[in-house]
Parts: sequence; C-alpha cells; structure tokens
Amino acid sequence: MNATADAVTSPAATWSIDPQDTVMDCRLEKIFYGDFLAVRNSIVPIEKNKITGFIGPSGCGKSTVLRSLNRMNDLIPVFRFEGSVTYHGQDIYDKSIDPVLVRRYIGMVFQQPNPFSMSIYDNVAFGLRLNRYKGDLDERVEKALRSAALWTEVKDKLKNSGLSLSGGQQQRLCIARAVATEPDVLLMDEPCSALDPIATRQVEELMLELKEHYSVALVTHNMQQATRVADTTAFFSVDISQGSRTGYLVEMGETRQVFEDPQADLTKEYVSGEFS
Amino acid sequence: MTGTISEAVLEQDLASMPQLQGSMFEGRGLRSRLYTGITWLLAILASLPLFSVLYMLIAKGGARINWETLTALPPSAFEFGGGIGPAIVGTAVMVGIGAAISIPIGILAAIYLAEIDPHTKLAQTARFLAKVLTGFPSILAGVFVYAALVVAMKSYSAWAGGIALAVLMLPTVILTAEEALKQVPQKMKDAAYGMGCTRAQVIGKVTLPTGIPGVMTGVLLAVAGAAGESAPLLFTALFSTYYINGWEGLGEPTSSLSILIYNFSGMPYDNQIELAWTASLVLVLIILVFNILARVLGRQKY
Repeated sequence: MNATADAVTSPAATWSIDPQDTVMDCRLEKIFYGDFLAVRNSIVPIEKNKITGFIGPSGCGKSTVLRSLNRMNDLIPVFRFEGSVTYHGQDIYDKSIDPVLVRRYIGMVFQQPNPFSMSIYDNVAFGLRLNRYKGDLDERVEKALRSAALWTEVKDKLKNSGLSLSGGQQQRLCIARAVATEPDVLLMDEPCSALDPIATRQVEELMLELKEHYSVALVTHNMQQATRVADTTAFFSVDISQGSRTGYLVEMGETRQVFEDPQADLTKEYVSGEFS
Repeated sequence: MTGTISEAVLEQDLASMPQLQGSMFEGRGLRSRLYTGITWLLAILASLPLFSVLYMLIAKGGARINWETLTALPPSAFEFGGGIGPAIVGTAVMVGIGAAISIPIGILAAIYLAEIDPHTKLAQTARFLAKVLTGFPSILAGVFVYAALVVAMKSYSAWAGGIALAVLMLPTVILTAEEALKQVPQKMKDAAYGMGCTRAQVIGKVTLPTGIPGVMTGVLLAVAGAAGESAPLLFTALFSTYYINGWEGLGEPTSSLSILIYNFSGMPYDNQIELAWTASLVLVLIILVFNILARVLGRQKY
C-alpha cells in the first residue's frame, strides 16, 4: 500500500462495517474528467438501510462520487473511472455491465426538482412502464406517492401536470418517481438545496422513512442536515497541493463521531465551521 | 407673532420636501407620450396591408364562395359558373405529398442535430445548409425538380409538385424542430437517464413528447408556406382543369390554387377573374387555418 492510500484510509480505521451490511462497496482510485483528476483514493461503503451522508467543501468531488455510483457520469464523454464499485458481488464498472441497467437498480434524485412534462400519475408510472411492469399500475403509483408523503396532496389531481406542483412537492414527486420501481439504492444529490426550510424538513423526514426500505447515499451542503438524517458521514476535502483541485475522502464514520470527535484536523476545522 | 413664525417654518418645510408631482407638459413626460403614440401608429400601419388584402379578397371573392365554386370544374372560355374544385384538391394533395416527405425527414434530422451529435462537422454542415435553404428562391426548387424528375418522367405531375414543395418545407421543419427539441431542459433528460433509459428511450419518451408542440408549430408553418407557393409548381405540376384521377393521376399535370389564380387573373373574362379572386380568398383562408392550428397546437399540454 502506498503512502497516499495509507493517509486516506488510516483516519477511518477506527470505524468499520460488516461487509454483510454493505450494499455498495465503492473503491474509487481515480476519477478523471479529461486530464483533470477530480477524485482520488476514496473508499466509501454504502450501508444497507442506512443514510450515508457525503459532506465537504465545494469542488471536493462529493457529487462526482455520487454520480459515479450509478454510472450517470458515463453521460459525460470525457469521464474516466479507475477503481471498482461492487454491488451484489458485481463490479458495475466491469466491461460486461450495461450502465443503463445499473441505473434501474440504483435510483437518483437530483439537485433541482426535475419532473417530466407529463401528468403526476405518468411521472410516477414512468419507471414502471419503462420496466414493462405487468401488475396493477394504479396500486404501485399510489404506494410510491404514499411513501413520498405526497399522496394526500395530489390524490385528487393525478392528471394535472407534474410541473404545476410547488418546488417541494415536485421534489417529493421525483422521489416518488425514483422509488416507484423499488430500487435498492437511492442516490440523492443535494435534494433540498432548491427547497425552502419547510419543504426541506418534509424531505428530510421522508428520507428517514425511506431508509426502512432503501439504502440512501446523500450529498449535502448543509452540515445540520447531515447531523439530522445521516447515520454515517463521509467527509471529503480538496487537495490543491498538486496544483490541481482533487477531491478525496478524509474521514468516514458514524455521524456523531465525525461531528463530535473528528479524527483528522481537516474534519475538525470543517465541522467547527472554520472553513467551508 | 407666533403665527408668522410657524408659517415661515411651514414654507421652509415645503421647500425642502421632494418634488414628486409630475407635470403633463414637462419635456420628459411629453416625449414619452409622443414616442408611445408613434409606436401605436406604426403598429397600426404594419397591420394595414394584411387587413386591406383580406378586405379586398372578401369584397371581390366572397360573393362566389359556395358549394358549386368549391367543387365544380373550372369553366372554359365563354362559360358561366364553374369552380375551383380540382385546384383545391390538387393543392391539398401536393402539400400532403410534400408534408409526408419533409416531416419525417425533417424531424429525424432535427433529432440528430439537437440530441445525437450537435457539434460534429456533419451536424454543423447540415444546419448551415438548412439555413441557406430557408432563403432559397422557391423558383429554383421548381427548376431543380423539373430537371431531376419532370424531364426523366417525361411528364409534369403531382409527384413532382409535391417533391418541389418538400424541398421548400424541409429547412423550416428541420430548424424549428431542432429549436423546439433544444428547449427541452437538460435536467428532464438527466432524470430519464437516471431512471435507466437508453438514449433512444430518452428521445422517444421524454424529449420528443416534451418538444412536440414546438415541432408541430414548425410543421404547420411549413405547410402553410407551401400551400401558397406558386413558382415551384409552375415547373413541376403545371396545371389541369380536371380532378386528380386516382393514383395514376398523380403522375399527370395537376391543378393548384396558386397556379389557377395566376392563370385566371390574366384572362379577359369576368367569370374567370371572379374565380381567381375567390381562389385567392380560399387560399388565404387555408393558410390562416394552418397558422391558427400552429398556435393552438403549439401550446404546452402540461
């Protein structure tokens, strides 16, 4: 093991999880956009039925890491990945894997609410129809909307446009759309950054309910949010020593430990608000 | 004494108060009103030609709008009555052929330009050529199809007319459809990719349905434009005084409203001249209907 890898893994050594509880074992060696090294040497396990929060300053690559977990980054032509992401015993970056299929099992909720320009019902049914779901569509749509805590608000206007809803409702609609197909893992990329505090609260409560059935990876800019909802927190930082801005994992552990007893100085500075 | 002092104070207060009351005849307000008036006047002036043309067409052609005129064959030299039926059908059929060719090609090309490879050399060249083609003199489309098709088939035909119209419709369809597809927000496409859509599924299930109102607008404007074309038909469909006779008839010279107007307006007979006016009114109404359709269908459903 080389020196840099050692430096990365050692702070987290105090904390470990049972491989049995890991739904995705992400070993990111290098993530490039063209020649730009965006993220290096980060080992980020995603735990089953837990919320794993990714925090860190802007440009630390936390979103890049998240988007690598369902191969969304493959849409960027210059993206290059070294390492492995093991999901149910398969490396999703293996040559035999179809990224399109990966995304059907690992759902995503984006920073900006992005419902399709179709009815509320069709938005939620989209993934089910895509997967040629043969059962009762109405039932699954209702279930998804209930689990996104949106059913009572929209049950009388399922035919209305998804875009007619408020921002917070739109984001919950997107969550309903993502969970309708019952994916294993839900990736959430700053899902509350475009929402007001009340809508944020609702989405946070929703996340806590969702982890009963799903494993959630959550990128957040808001440290309070991480303390409120994340079971495990991964702190990323930016290394500017090589003249570039490369993100890497500094420390990962139980949320309480990361915030109350951080092992690395960088984490200590960040969680105490000395820099952001 | 105290009274005068307080009055003096009051006056001083008034003097230091900001002047907020505007004056009707102050320079600034006057100029603003003048400019507003000028834009009003020019707006009215700009709509004057359209309204005068419409007025003239209704005044001169309105009287002959009836079932006979809309369905009967055109009259010969000294005949009374008659109509413009074959011309209406001919225009409809040739515009239909043009649409059937240009709409699928145009939309598929637009998908390529907007979604598949927007920045390749091929895309840039195609986009540039489409832009050049929008300003293409329509008579050249006629000459081109004449040389390529009419000469080879040894006959003027509805096919040739339809193809010439397709050449003229194509760039409008491509460019407006591309613009409409580019308006679909990237975040919606990301959502579709995130759900596990292939690129074809993203285009088919999200991009096209979301952009279709804009695409329809482009298509209908192209149709409206083609319906009024005369120059390209002069070299390709020529004219006929009979209805198109089945599939075979598509290979023979075909009547159209615009050519009928051209032919009849130059004749020395009142009956034909009246029919030319009526045909003009019908043509304008057809174009108006397509423009209104374009507006109605161009609205977002969701």
